Amino acid sequence: MSTALVQAINVTKNFHGNEVLKGIDLDVEQREVVCLLGPSGSGKTTFLRCINQLETINGGRIWVDGELTGYEDRNGRLHRRTNKDIARQRRQIGMVFQRFNLFPHKTALENVVEAPVHVGGRSKAEANKRGLELLDRVGLSDRCDHYPAQLSGGQQQRVAIARALAMDPKLMLFDEPTSALDPELVGEVLTVMRELAQQGMTMIVVTHEMGFARDVADRVVFMDAGVVVEQGAPTDVIDNPQHERTKTFLSRIREETEEHAAALQARLDAEQI
Amino acid sequence: MTESGSSAATAADERPGAIDAVPVRHLGRWVAVAFIALGIAMLVQFMLTNKAFNWSFVWKAMIQTPVINGLIGGTLLGTAGSMVIGVVLGVIVAVMRLSDNPVLAWTAWAYTWFFRAIPRLVLLTIMGALGVLYPAGMRIAIPFDRQIQDLLGMHGTWTFATLDANQVFTGILGGIIGLGLSEAAYMAEIARAGILSVDPGQNEAAAALGMSDGLAMRRIVLPQAMRVIVPPTGNETIAMVKDTSLLIGIPVSNELFFQLSSIGSRTYQTFPVLVAAVIWYLLICSVLMVIQSRLERYFGRGFGTRAPGPRDQAFLAKMLSFRGGGGGGGM
Ligand SMILES: Nc1ncnc2c1ncn2[C@@H]1O[C@H](COP(=O)(O)OP(=O)(O)O)[C@@H](O)[C@H]1O
Ligand SMILES: [Mg+2]
Repeated sequence: MSTALVQAINVTKNFHGNEVLKGIDLDVEQREVVCLLGPSGSGKTTFLRCINQLETINGGRIWVDGELTGYEDRNGRLHRRTNKDIARQRRQIGMVFQRFNLFPHKTALENVVEAPVHVGGRSKAEANKRGLELLDRVGLSDRCDHYPAQLSGGQQQRVAIARALAMDPKLMLFDEPTSALDPELVGEVLTVMRELAQQGMTMIVVTHEMGFARDVADRVVFMDAGVVVEQGAPTDVIDNPQHERTKTFLSRIREETEEHAAALQARLDAEQI
Repeated sequence: MTESGSSAATAADERPGAIDAVPVRHLGRWVAVAFIALGIAMLVQFMLTNKAFNWSFVWKAMIQTPVINGLIGGTLLGTAGSMVIGVVLGVIVAVMRLSDNPVLAWTAWAYTWFFRAIPRLVLLTIMGALGVLYPAGMRIAIPFDRQIQDLLGMHGTWTFATLDANQVFTGILGGIIGLGLSEAAYMAEIARAGILSVDPGQNEAAAALGMSDGLAMRRIVLPQAMRVIVPPTGNETIAMVKDTSLLIGIPVSNELFFQLSSIGSRTYQTFPVLVAAVIWYLLICSVLMVIQSRLERYFGRGFGTRAPGPRDQAFLAKMLSFRGGGGGGGM
């Protein structure tokens, strides 16, 4: 058995005959941070969703923490797991969505304690204590009684991270956690993620933030059209890409980032006047 | 025309201050107000001077013991009971209708189809007549017990209880069941619209946290759907208050309108008792409207910018313990 926390072998997924993942192989070690890069529509979101079974895969296998997801192997024959068993497998995986998906009818603290109390069976007092610690960790202890609508996008995403951490996941999945944010709010979310990586969390992060990928990722994986095109250390892939598709993508991202930075600078300058 | 306007030259020295302008005159509005005031005055004068109203009789009729009993034991109890059945069963039917299981979805569809087609007066009349189907009483037993016993040559009784069908289906209980079954068909459509109005990302976030479908529905989706469900449910409740006057189809006579009508026919004061009924219905609906607006505010929390205050929480505690009690596990 390998020691990898996530092991995906030849994963395929199609939507109504349209093959979106065409045989993905990926291992993620304990405490490793992997950044998934790739153009829009390349299947990054779909792959993350397959790992925590929000989508069922059509072929291949995914193991998380040594356990086959979605199916049980009994004497060489695969048996579909029950919904209850799948829910149990999801509990060890935290997911952070592009659009936050906080529960709008619950306060920040209620969002965080919802799963520990109603799924994990912890007492309310215990969960509240832990929830406040987590909100403090993402810098929001003073916002615990606010509803999501009363928080900025960056604050909402940090609450979403705290909510995912509340179930003590072994693995965290981030699907473009900063791309729905105003540019000036991106930093606060990336800071939280950086700290999480330093504390040893295993993370798979879909992102277009090259600075983050370069500084934080142990490995960068470039996907295009449902396949892994190349992977390696961030400096190798980002600064010295081998494949034409990677080069094209990276130069386009670089342009966009520069445009964004210029726009942000212009806005900040305008505010100073 | 020109005396009050300041010139561009002075505007440069002196920055404009608070606005003190002459408002637009709404002449049409004042004319309308005058007409309406006149209409109201005429109506009040008519109602006070026309002898047929007989106001002193109206007040007396409203508080007769059989009327009050009919109001509480028929109209209010019937409304509350049938709405409880209607909402609970309606949500269940809606969840079934949205299920991946085609048998459940089809059953839910058929339920709605059937009960929406039957007029309530007809349904209540049928409820009252159901007793003829069970002349020897209704047995609560193992299904097909007699056939199984015949087939296997076994003896003994597999009946747990025998109920008198006339007792179950006539009287207010039959009325509540009949109106509740009918209401569930409408509530199912309302609840389905509410559930579908919730962002699918909510369900995914719940699933990603390890919640089961049922728990996600109960804790995450339904509370948000309530924002869409409550306003039409208020309308349904108010409509139900009025439909309790159909209880006579069962027949149940302990009901507001029947009791007032019978006073009217006994005393030949037919018009005043109708006025008394109108006043009672207006009072009940006004109270319901207040409750509805409170519920809307409670379930709208977190939407819009207003932070819910402690009053909402206190109201919640009084009205329904929706948040469940203490901690405790459960999956
Ligand atoms: N639920 C779905 N039904 C049909 N097609 C889908 C669905 N989800 C994703 N796709 C398709 O799969 C492809 C990959 O999508 P996605 O994984 O979201 O890419 P990425 O996250 O890399 O932008 C896209 O072409 C998208 O249209
Ligand atoms: Mg995506």
